[in-house]
Amino acid sequence: MSASSNSGEFRIKGAGRHTPARTARFTFDGKSYTALEGDTVASALLAHGVHLLGRSFKYHRPRGILSAGPEEPNALLDVSRDASRRQPNVRATVQEVFDGAKIASQNRWPSLKHDIGAFNDLLSPFFAAGFYYKTFMWPKEAWHKLYEPIIRRAAGLGEAPNEADTDHYASRYEHCDVLIAGAGVAGLTAALSAASTGAKVILVDEQPEVGGALHFDSSTEIDGKNGYDWAQAVAAKLKAMPNVTVLNRTTVFGYYNHGFLGLVERVTDHLPLPGKDLPRERLWQVRAKKVILATGSIERHMVFANNDRPGIMLASAARTFLNHHGVAVGRAVAVYTAHDSAYEAAFDLKRAGIDVVAIVDNRKLPGEAVLAEARSLGIDVLLGHSVLDTAGRHRVSSISVARNGEKTGRKLKVDALLVSAGWTPSVHLFSQSRGKLRFDAENDRFLPDIYAQDCISIGACNGTDGLSALIGEALAAGAEMAGHKGASSIDAIAFAGSNLYEWTGGLIGAAEGAGRDTTVKAFVDFQHDVTAKDIRLAVREGMHSIEHIKRFTTNGMASDQGKLSNMHGLAIASEMLGRPIPQVGLTTFRAPYTPVTYGTLVAHSRGALFDPARKTPMHALEAAEGAEFEDVGNWKRAWYFPKRGEDMAAAVNRECRTVREVGGVFDASTLGKIEVVGPDAAQFLNLLYTNAWDTLKPGKSRYGIMTREDGFIYDDGVVGRLAEDRFHVTTTTGGAPRVLQHMEDYLQTEFPHLKVWLTSTTEQWAVIAVQGPQAREIIAPFVEGLDISNEAFSHMSVAECTVMGVPARLFRVSFTGEIGFEVNVPADFGPAVWKAIWERAQNLGACLYGTETMHVLRAEKGYLIVGQDTDGTVTPDDAGYGWAVSKKKTDFVGIRGLKRPDLVREGRKQLVGLLTRDPNEVLEEGGQIVADPNQPKPMTMLGHVTSSYWSENLGRSIAMALVAGGRAKMGETLYVPMKDKLIAVEVTDVVFVDKEGGRING
Amino acid sequence: MLLIHCPYCEEDRSELEFRWAGEAHIARPENISAISDEEFAEYFFLRNNEKGLTYERWRHIHGCGRFFNAARDTVSDKFLMTYKAGLPKQPIPSEVKAEAIAEEKTVETWEATEGDAR
Amino acid sequence: MADVAVRTLPLAGVHGGSSVARLELAAPAERISLRAAAADVPALSAALGLDLPVKPKTSASANGRTALWLGPDEWLVIAEGSGGIGTGLIADTTKATVPHSATDVSHRNTAIMVSGPGAAAAINTGCPQDLSLAAFAVGACSRTIFGKVEIVLLRTAEDAFRVEVWRSFSDYAFGLLAEGARDAAL
Repeated sequence: MSASSNSGEFRIKGAGRHTPARTARFTFDGKSYTALEGDTVASALLAHGVHLLGRSFKYHRPRGILSAGPEEPNALLDVSRDASRRQPNVRATVQEVFDGAKIASQNRWPSLKHDIGAFNDLLSPFFAAGFYYKTFMWPKEAWHKLYEPIIRRAAGLGEAPNEADTDHYASRYEHCDVLIAGAGVAGLTAALSAASTGAKVILVDEQPEVGGALHFDSSTEIDGKNGYDWAQAVAAKLKAMPNVTVLNRTTVFGYYNHGFLGLVERVTDHLPLPGKDLPRERLWQVRAKKVILATGSIERHMVFANNDRPGIMLASAARTFLNHHGVAVGRAVAVYTAHDSAYEAAFDLKRAGIDVVAIVDNRKLPGEAVLAEARSLGIDVLLGHSVLDTAGRHRVSSISVARNGEKTGRKLKVDALLVSAGWTPSVHLFSQSRGKLRFDAENDRFLPDIYAQDCISIGACNGTDGLSALIGEALAAGAEMAGHKGASSIDAIAFAGSNLYEWTGGLIGAAEGAGRDTTVKAFVDFQHDVTAKDIRLAVREGMHSIEHIKRFTTNGMASDQGKLSNMHGLAIASEMLGRPIPQVGLTTFRAPYTPVTYGTLVAHSRGALFDPARKTPMHALEAAEGAEFEDVGNWKRAWYFPKRGEDMAAAVNRECRTVREVGGVFDASTLGKIEVVGPDAAQFLNLLYTNAWDTLKPGKSRYGIMTREDGFIYDDGVVGRLAEDRFHVTTTTGGAPRVLQHMEDYLQTEFPHLKVWLTSTTEQWAVIAVQGPQAREIIAPFVEGLDISNEAFSHMSVAECTVMGVPARLFRVSFTGEIGFEVNVPADFGPAVWKAIWERAQNLGACLYGTETMHVLRAEKGYLIVGQDTDGTVTPDDAGYGWAVSKKKTDFVGIRGLKRPDLVREGRKQLVGLLTRDPNEVLEEGGQIVADPNQPKPMTMLGHVTSSYWSENLGRSIAMALVAGGRAKMGETLYVPMKDKLIAVEVTDVVFVDKEGGRING
Repeated sequence: MLLIHCPYCEEDRSELEFRWAGEAHIARPENISAISDEEFAEYFFLRNNEKGLTYERWRHIHGCGRFFNAARDTVSDKFLMTYKAGLPKQPIPSEVKAEAIAEEKTVETWEATEGDAR
Repeated sequence: MADVAVRTLPLAGVHGGSSVARLELAAPAERISLRAAAADVPALSAALGLDLPVKPKTSASANGRTALWLGPDEWLVIAEGSGGIGTGLIADTTKATVPHSATDVSHRNTAIMVSGPGAAAAINTGCPQDLSLAAFAVGACSRTIFGKVEIVLLRTAEDAFRVEVWRSFSDYAFGLLAEGARDAAL
């Protein structure tokens, strides 16, 4: 058997552009087939006479291949290489065959030919437009039992993959002077014109090869060459130019603001064995100074009864299958058209030896040239006739043809029917760019009218008919968009083109036999099973806006976005409403133009690159000590350090005890740090914090509270003054970026006269906190050039010194209530200093501790955590930090907000301690607090638990809470009602350990 | 994605480098501690959120770090101009304005599409 | 008494890149964030022995030091080869008596050198700026975005860039650069 016959009995010898010897094997629903390299799945299956490819969305009707391009609504398949590389809803007309492809039909069970869901077709009176809205109303239980599991499953497309995708995806930002979408005659010509000026040009086309309509159009000649060959020559020339990028297999899927376009390049989907470095797809995010839209037009189908059987397809698609792929779509083919272009399909097939049964033209007057040619080829042309109906179970087997106006027709036996209702300009990208369309009533089409961005439409998508006009337009556009307004700079290039026929005709809306008072199934939207009748029903049920009609019928809402159906649907609605089309309006085209995989949109942002994982300099050492880590923003912080056999509670209890009894070492590097430098530094901090800073002496630090202008706590932290003009400000770990933004905002826009500058130094310093009675003993040997005795370096001192030979900043500061130091060393030295300190600490009986112990220890002292004990509605006074608000300052951010009536009223929620009556009961954070647990619901809630822990040091639970009028309720019993119990609590002071505060100064 | 002209970098940069920072030309009262509750509400809480031409602040946070002012048409998303922080509210040059208003008619608005779907 | 601390560099031991975009770690460098008003630039330039650039997106190099314009009152000054801490640069800036802020950020940042014909493409995997030579000449620099992190980019040659990044973001930056370098080679 020769390769060509092997690749399908419908392969026409001498036709098409593929090499017969280059074959590829694939399976469809388990059966093996041979294709030629360059075939799409559609052309490969048609070559074997396979037309039935799937079942429709709602009625499960047999469906085949309607088109040969990205507009395909029917032939959606599941394509896989292996279990982890499987893609549902792939258009058979876009997917290229590769050796080893496993392809399966969708939405059928148990098999494509015997599909139980086809029962839906018989029930179709119940599935009319609006079915979902009317059905999914009641009862509630039906959602779980009927609607979701049964009805939803019955209607549907492919199945989402359930394994992680093993492919990878790439992304690239790019800039250019001119981006051209579409590489047909117009796009190629414009690209040459623009590129010849030296402009940086990107030419994008979604097909494997350039050429656009030249794939099927065999009667066009340019520059003395067959159109398709001319296109390939131009592409080769463009690719050789250093200022041009030609992207094949690439779709411009979105045209966004300010010349920003999203492109998806399909890199490996056509390759049998993709190299491992190749991304499956590449996302291009292009900023183009100018854009040329040369997106062509899409042929429409005819809307008539049972127009959806396999074997019924667009006339241009049949030409693509024949002229490009060398495949005949049938052996006895009829054409049903309202447009001259379809005649050429009949000519091509006839010349290839296929029986053309008839051309059925619903017009009385087709173009003279095509009519003459049809007659000279001996093709039967039935003018003023229509196809009223079709028959055939899994493929069209006959059509019923009648003179217009007659109700019954005669049967013609066919195995394929080519249809054309004319051409719809592809204005999707223009519309996405927010340009406004106008209706060309003469030709029943919407065309670009007013531009919202720096772009221009040329060729068929601009309604430019005729090759010469189109080439002239493209040459001018290329030069103009490249900045050479007026004459083209490439006169040297001959662009003499000719095509044999000028096309006329076109029809939008329902054809004969599917008009107003008919009940036939004449499909408008194949993918969502919307018929002409459904659209009329929507109007009858009161939908008068095209937007409502669209949503009620779901016309144009499938993944093909109504590329074929929009104009028909609009015309039918317009007729029913008795309003001209411009007044009915067009629904808006949204990105993406065609479906884009999540993989492409996600690109590199998965796995380790999903989000930055910020690690402190000591991370590896902590991990080696067995630390468990917790996420704090993007930071990974050591949470606790379990020893062998310890669970979290045991580890935290041990850490808490050890810190208070001996000491502990804690990684505080993530603390936000901002260096505030300049002669006006103190004045600036005076304005940004509630505290006073001019009174702080160099060498000392102070706890500061920052409020927003509304008076609520925004952040807190210790601020050390290193010199008159230099402060080392610390912020909460999570607050660092926003605090810097907040400070910069005030500095730049409200207090620009101040001579002070802010620098983020969070990552400059590794911070090792050493806390506990032995803290000084632990660090003493490492500190040089500083007396750290209690007398010389008391609580809240700060100094620059040397630690292990490197410049350091030492803070005497405590977040535990014990003696504490924070050793700041340049980050690269962190691990070495940590190691040395920890070695000594260990020998003295101290421990490493993590954030959980830090939280417990600070709660034992009643220290606040902004964001946990405060929530953006808490003032310093509410939190018990009224002392931190300067009474002397005449201005600071929040000074006026704090005086607002609601902020000074009685009964505000205040931060207090709670002790459960049962000391073993640990409250849940977030638990609501009430005074009388027996009051009727909804109860009056006094506040909520903000922090709650088991305190190993006290041998009981402790909690902090925001309670209305809390400080006046000391000693009172309140209640925390939980789902299964009622917890009695006593209101207390927030300080649970060392109330006198003596330990910190030891 | 917007393309924003930073008046300090003197260049158009991707929106990714910027952060929006609210309505522009709302000065913090110099005598803030003395103003009335109503004046404070006007200063801090109330914003116009106007449709069409708005003056707003942006920060080139992942660029030069500067806050600056911008006049933007919220209907077309077109920037009419940007200028440095601290400058008074700048009038829109008439030719820029004319272009922007013409453009407003061209873009899709809720009123023009869904708005008549009564 | 104590031993002198040794340095542990971020990204130590990491390597990557492709035939068209090599990725290498820059040697430890001294860095300061320098802030000053325009009027005080001459005094600081004199103190540093380097004309601080005042034009956006430009840098200047002299005496082994490079100053990158980051904002109208902000420069990142890098002194290569001096392995340690920002004391040398800061000592020089203090010679200028004009108001300014010089803050040591030597250890805050680390740098990845990207070089080869695919260097720009590799960076454009996550950076939205136009890195063509016309828009981003040799010596051009900018703070910008790279994927989900902020970087400072300096073009050191037609096919070479220095990518400055905060240390805790360096794993991410290197990982994304490696992906970009791989893709640029295709």
